[in-house]
Amino acid sequence: MRAIGIAILATFIMVGTAGAQTLDEVKARGYLNCGVNTGLAGFASPNEAGEWEGFDIDFCRAMAAAIFDDPTAVRFRALTSQERFTALQSAEIDLLSRNTTYTYTRDVSVGVDFVGVNYYDGQGFMVPVALGVTSALELDGARICVQTGTTTELNLADYFRTHDMTFETVVIQTAEESRRNYIAESCDAYTTDISGLAAVRVTMPDPDAHIILPEVISKEPLGPVVRQGDPQWTALGRWVLNAMITAEELGVTSENVDELATTSTNPNIRRLLGAEGDLGSQLGLAADWAAQVIGHVGNYSETFERNIGVDSPLGLERGLNALWTDGGILYTPPLR
Amino acid sequence: MSGASKPIAVEAPKGLAARLRDPRVRGVLFQILAAAAFAALIWFVANNAVANLQALGVSTGFDFLNQPAGFDISFSLIPFEPTDTHLRVFWVGMLNTIFVAALGIPAALILGLTMGILRLSPNWLVTRLVGTYVEMVRNVPLLLQIFFWQAVIWTLPPVRNSIAFGDAIFLNKRALYLPKPLFESGMWFVIVAAAAALVLAIILSKRQRAQRDATGAVPNRWVVPGIIILIPAAAILLTGVPWSWELPEAGRFNFSGGIQIPDTLVALWLGLVVYTGAFIAEIVRAGIQSVSKGQQEAALAIGLTPRQTMNLIILPQAVRVIIPPTTSQFLNLTKNSSLAVFIGYPDIVAVFAGTSLNQTGQAIEIIGLSMAFYLVVSLTISFFMNWYNRATALVER
Repeated sequence: MRAIGIAILATFIMVGTAGAQTLDEVKARGYLNCGVNTGLAGFASPNEAGEWEGFDIDFCRAMAAAIFDDPTAVRFRALTSQERFTALQSAEIDLLSRNTTYTYTRDVSVGVDFVGVNYYDGQGFMVPVALGVTSALELDGARICVQTGTTTELNLADYFRTHDMTFETVVIQTAEESRRNYIAESCDAYTTDISGLAAVRVTMPDPDAHIILPEVISKEPLGPVVRQGDPQWTALGRWVLNAMITAEELGVTSENVDELATTSTNPNIRRLLGAEGDLGSQLGLAADWAAQVIGHVGNYSETFERNIGVDSPLGLERGLNALWTDGGILYTPPLR
Repeated sequence: MSGASKPIAVEAPKGLAARLRDPRVRGVLFQILAAAAFAALIWFVANNAVANLQALGVSTGFDFLNQPAGFDISFSLIPFEPTDTHLRVFWVGMLNTIFVAALGIPAALILGLTMGILRLSPNWLVTRLVGTYVEMVRNVPLLLQIFFWQAVIWTLPPVRNSIAFGDAIFLNKRALYLPKPLFESGMWFVIVAAAAALVLAIILSKRQRAQRDATGAVPNRWVVPGIIILIPAAAILLTGVPWSWELPEAGRFNFSGGIQIPDTLVALWLGLVVYTGAFIAEIVRAGIQSVSKGQQEAALAIGLTPRQTMNLIILPQAVRVIIPPTTSQFLNLTKNSSLAVFIGYPDIVAVFAGTSLNQTGQAIEIIGLSMAFYLVVSLTISFFMNWYNRATALVER
């Protein structure tokens, strides 16, 4: 009887304090559990060899590089928009890097923390050119494909209500099924973040037969997400992202990081790469954690251009996602 | 010692220790302890969950049911606006699931009965065809079958080239559009008249049957149908046909107005009916084969036709073997309707345990409510089927 009581009490205690030790658990496990999209070109999709590639995937690898100096120490879990937060809350994954919009409700009442914004986006519509629609305001009475459980669904209802238009919805689980319905003309338009629209358009049989309408109907700051209750882990995620953006500001790339680590005299670069100061140990990491991130994965602009930039199939401009010195709004707190 | 000894009077044990040695008392005591321990475990688990959720920063409680949902539902039997609450989302999802189950269960039963009887037909080709259907359908996952039916429906023309029957009925790959009857005030009279006609018909048919049993004279077969048709018809004429039609109108993108039967509902219904029908066909076949062959031979010997044999002799005896497994199949159909989330039909899992859960983040409460709903529906179905089983049970000597 006593043994049962102690066992129950122990379970209570273990579950209660699990949140504060994520970094220790990840280090003991030897790899990071990362939740990603089931398949969104440019952000998270398996390539022909079956390996995951994408902008969100690169952030997972950056975290793994910071902790283990090994960008492959990650296990990816493909999650639908329905199950992503439950997986994070129940500690099935340590990090959710799944083009998730940062909103009040998610921050406050879902038990998760956003480590930052890695892509400032907005919601838009895609229609077939043959429909002859040139503006979202002409979509009164249309049937629109949308993914379940997303801010997209809510924004869509708000937008049509504000403009006094009616609409019907076809609500599906994943981007792939939305694409299937859209191609079969089960719906007239498809709505999601504009980056997502670009990704889906790339996978259409005839990409030029579809246009993305000019209206951007909402703010969608997309960022990686972690569980609430572990400030050290949240800070780790936040500063890995900030380090990647700071590296672009300072001109540190994966090509020159080793050289700059030893030869640079710029105090900012020296602090970033661990040649000076002691920033790493405060997070529980090695001193050259940022150098490991940049060396293995690259700085922000490298991951952007490689996966979703103008030379990639998605062809997205930096736009808002450029540095504050280049006309965008990426502005990180200083690393000191 | 010799002689008769006095009989020893055995008294009931007195005192607490003696009472506790009584096995009945011990039994009751242990049951009370077990129940209390179980209740304590439930209380502890619930408390633990709430405490941990609050430590994680996830909100708990059922207040979210009063918050506006903020999203739209494409098909609902009751009016729904995006400003309605999550509780109304729950009702809509509930009604949609019950709707597809209520449409699916009778259809699956009819299909299964027919296929089961056909499987035992003396015609070799029919037997083989039905056997192929049953084996193919039983061995392919239901979700794939639902996708298949949706693909079949998508071979219909797109919206702009809809098949039109006059101005009133349109068929395209998104939905079947029918005119909607708008009832005017006179309809009440018609409904009352129809109900009265039904009651009258039931009473009359019972009287006719009693009369036939008593005197042997065959009653007029046209009286009862005549009452059912003529009385409401007279009521309709008297009130001047109290309805008008709302026709579906073509807009720029879609049709609006009228009754819409969406492709997702039809695909789901077809998938569920064909799949469950195959299982019920095998159950019916087993039930019919469980009736001893002597019954069929005796029936044919006294001059009943094969159809009369099946309807009057074999099926009534087979029914009590068929009903319990068929109840399971009905419950399976109801629960399998949750696959609707994969094709976009807004049943309770798609809409409440899907969208609402994701928007509010309260997984435990929402899944608990959904599970309670399925439990209530399943218990209702099995309760009704068990009652029917008892009511039609054969009383044997």
